[in-house]
This record gives sequence, C-alpha cells and structure tokens, in this order.
Amino acid sequence: MTVENRTVVVTGIGAFTPLGGDAATTWENLLAGRSGVAVLTEEWAAELPVRIAARTAVEPGEILPRPLARKLDRSAQFALIAAREAWADAGFETPATDESSKLAPERLGAVIASGIGGVTTLLDQYDVLKEKGARKVSPHTVPMLMPNSPAANVGLEVGARAGVHTPVSACASGAEAIGYAIEMIRNGRADVVVAGGTEAAIHPLPIAAFANMMAMSKNNDDPEGASRPYDKGRDGFVLGEGAGVVVLESVEHAEARGARIYCEAVGQGLSSDAHHIAQPEPTGAGVARALADLFERNQLDKAEIVHVNAHATSTPQGDTAELKALRKELGEELDHIAISATKSMTGHLLGGAGGIETVATVQALYHRLAPPTINVEELDDDVDADIVRGEARALPEGRIAALNNSFGFGGHNVVLAFRSR
Amino acid sequence: MATKDEVLEGLAEIVNEIAGIPTEDVELDKSFTDDLDVDSLSMVEVVVAAEERFDVKIPDDEVKNLKTVGDAVNYILTNA
Repeated sequence: MTVENRTVVVTGIGAFTPLGGDAATTWENLLAGRSGVAVLTEEWAAELPVRIAARTAVEPGEILPRPLARKLDRSAQFALIAAREAWADAGFETPATDESSKLAPERLGAVIASGIGGVTTLLDQYDVLKEKGARKVSPHTVPMLMPNSPAANVGLEVGARAGVHTPVSACASGAEAIGYAIEMIRNGRADVVVAGGTEAAIHPLPIAAFANMMAMSKNNDDPEGASRPYDKGRDGFVLGEGAGVVVLESVEHAEARGARIYCEAVGQGLSSDAHHIAQPEPTGAGVARALADLFERNQLDKAEIVHVNAHATSTPQGDTAELKALRKELGEELDHIAISATKSMTGHLLGGAGGIETVATVQALYHRLAPPTINVEELDDDVDADIVRGEARALPEGRIAALNNSFGFGGHNVVLAFRSR
Repeated sequence: MATKDEVLEGLAEIVNEIAGIPTEDVELDKSFTDDLDVDSLSMVEVVVAAEERFDVKIPDDEVKNLKTVGDAVNYILTNA
C-alpha cells in the first residue's frame, strides 16, 4: 500500500438542512430554487433587529430518541443525523467497532467541525445557573458545549479509532474539516473518514452580535428574498442551521468493497489573509492564494472545472471579492464555469456551510446539474462571472470538476475540489 | 412522608425521563448503570431530580453507594 497521495473518493452523503431532513430532499429543493428562510416566531425575536433565519426543515427531536437528544447540543444532533445518513448511504451497516464489521475501527476517522460549537447549551445553562442555582446545571453541559462534541459523538456512533478531529475556523470550519479528512486518507492515516460541518446558533445572543457587526440582512419583511448573493440590493447574510456530512474513502478501499462512488475528492487549497479579523480582503488576494495553493498541490486541470459552489454569503464586499479572486486565478477559464450561491436558499450555516455545500457540490457533479442562485433580480455591476440564476443548469458530459469555497472570520480561506469519475 | 411504593414510582418516572427506560422496568433490584442505562453523568441528573421531588439532600459522597434502585429508595426513605 502506498501511503502518500492516495486517491480519495466520496462514497456517502448526508444532510440535515433548512431545505430538508436528508440529502435527497435538500437537493430537490435546491434544484427547485426554494428558500428555507422564514420569520422567527419565538418571543425573544421580537426585540431583535434581525427576525429571520433558516431553521432546519425537520426538528431533530422528531428523529432522535429523547434520552439521547437531551444529552446532545442541537449542533451535535444535526451532525449525528447527517452522519448516520451518510454512513448508511456509503453502505456501512454497523459501527466499525462491531464484531461483524469488515472495516477496522483503527482505519476509520471522523472530522466534524462547527464554527461556534454548543453555544445554545452554554447560554441555556447559564440561564439555569442564574434562575435555579448551581445544583441544577446539567452534568452534561461540558460534553454538550465543547466544540469537538459533534465530532466525538459521530466518532462514537461509527466507531472511529484512527482519530477524531475538529478544525475551527469560523465559517470555513466545515470545509476545513473535509480538507483535513481528505489528507488523513491521502497520507495513509485512515481508509475511511466521516467528515463535515454543523451549526446551531439561532439564539438571540449570536443574532444580536452578528447584527451589530452589520453582517446580517435586516430584510425582515421579505424573509425568502433576504439572502440575495450578487444582487445589487444585498445587505448581509441570513443565519441558517443544520449539518452536511460526507463519507470519504481511499479509492482502493471503496473499489474493493464495491461501493458506489459519487466523485473524487481531489484536494484542498488553503490560505490566510493577514488583513482584518472580520472584513474580507477586498481585492480577493487571500482567496486567490488559496486557489493557487489548490492548483500547486493537486493534479487538477483548470479547464476541467465547470462549476463553483461559491462562498457568496450575500454581503456587499465578500461576494464580489470572491469573484475577483476566481477571475485572477482562473482567467478566461472562469467564463465556462457555472457559479451557484446556494446560501440564497439555505442561508449561511457558518461552520455547517462547508458541510452542506460540499454535499451540494458532490450532488452537482453526480447529477450533472448546477443549482440556481435565487433572488438575483438586478445583478451587481461588479459581477464578471456566469452566475446560475433562476433555474438549475445542466453541466457538461465527460470528465468535469467543481470547487466549493468557504471563508471565515479571521481570514481563513478554504477551497475544496471534486471531480467526476 | 412518602411510602416505599411512592418513592419507587417517583424514581421510575425520573429514570424514564432521563434514560428512556419504561417505568415498569425500574425495579428495586435493578442497577442504575448496568440495567437502566444511567451513566455517571445521568446519575447526577437522577439525584438532583430525586432531591427536588422527595425534598431530600443526597450528598455527592453518598451517590457512589446508590448502586441499585433499592439503594436509592432506602436512602430517600431514611433521610427525607
């Protein structure tokens, strides 16, 4: 067995999102151009400047048994549901720790990221402390709120002993997790890794904080039209919640067990801005460096790329800076690339974004369809790229590749590349 | 002052709420850890809920002695 630069493929997908309780329903609604954003009806929302968000389409409590759900932060609940789907989708029937498993637990990893971790657990338990006293604080609080909790719980679920990891890089976290997982397999540490991102931060404190950064859309009167990447009238992101998880596997391992292969996970490109703690670098230089890193360290032909699932969160600066970077690094090749901003429909899942958008990118390659970007009524004059607007678009036959971009506060830039097989 | 049956019934409801075990399976000779899926963290929840329900104080040092449902019932009956 070669232990360097092994080819990695995607053999399972799972998603629990504002558009559906599984990957297939989410994909169907992405293609149909449906919005998952709605008005927040909770009492606490009334006083906030932002009163819209994209809740998951299904409540996790309808799926997980109550004794399990009460020991998991909402972010871990999402991750567990999506991971179970991906695990079964990849054809695995038992945890690797089960006697009947053909996959050794020592060859299985789990890398699940979150941007903020168990923030609602932390805040809810602080309320318990203040209102009912120290004795009433749940003994499950620490294992619930720690940011590695979703990864650890998924690792327990599938029986992963090669390593369980949680990269944290704000809104790039989910993509960084998948990049990390690809490298675990490439360099021989594992044969199979369950990887993705999750987030559950719809709570008055994070919403008030993001809103005070002037980062969120205040279009409370038109929730479904609020997330509008590339549109002239865009005024910030809409917070979403959920999780997206993939099963990554060395191609040798996948072929030996006759697994269905969705596509190849080519690799990742990484960079950091050293520009500002929360502002995107306006010329796109940092993102361009991540793209350059991708092409330097991976065998990927720019001409193969036909689709980009953009980071595009619907902020005035960020959307166009990303396009400048793509133009800088891809040149004329950008003209044959169909760009989709699926956050127009799902909202922005922060650390979950890289997870659900990787699942969407894998589905786009597998089904050869680029999902639409909704709410682009008047294209920004600075958009010099082919945005898929209104309806889904067919992608070409033959060998094609797609990118999924994710960037995070702190100046983290992650580009993931996938290729059809 | 609660009777033995009332304490057992109350504990069964608490264990059901926390661990999802049917109340009829919560019997005096059952071990919290081995039979009722109550791990050490969930045991703290059981203790706190029992303290409130039966108006009793169960010190942390005492919790390790409460291995079975019967141990807990006896402790509550003696100390409440």
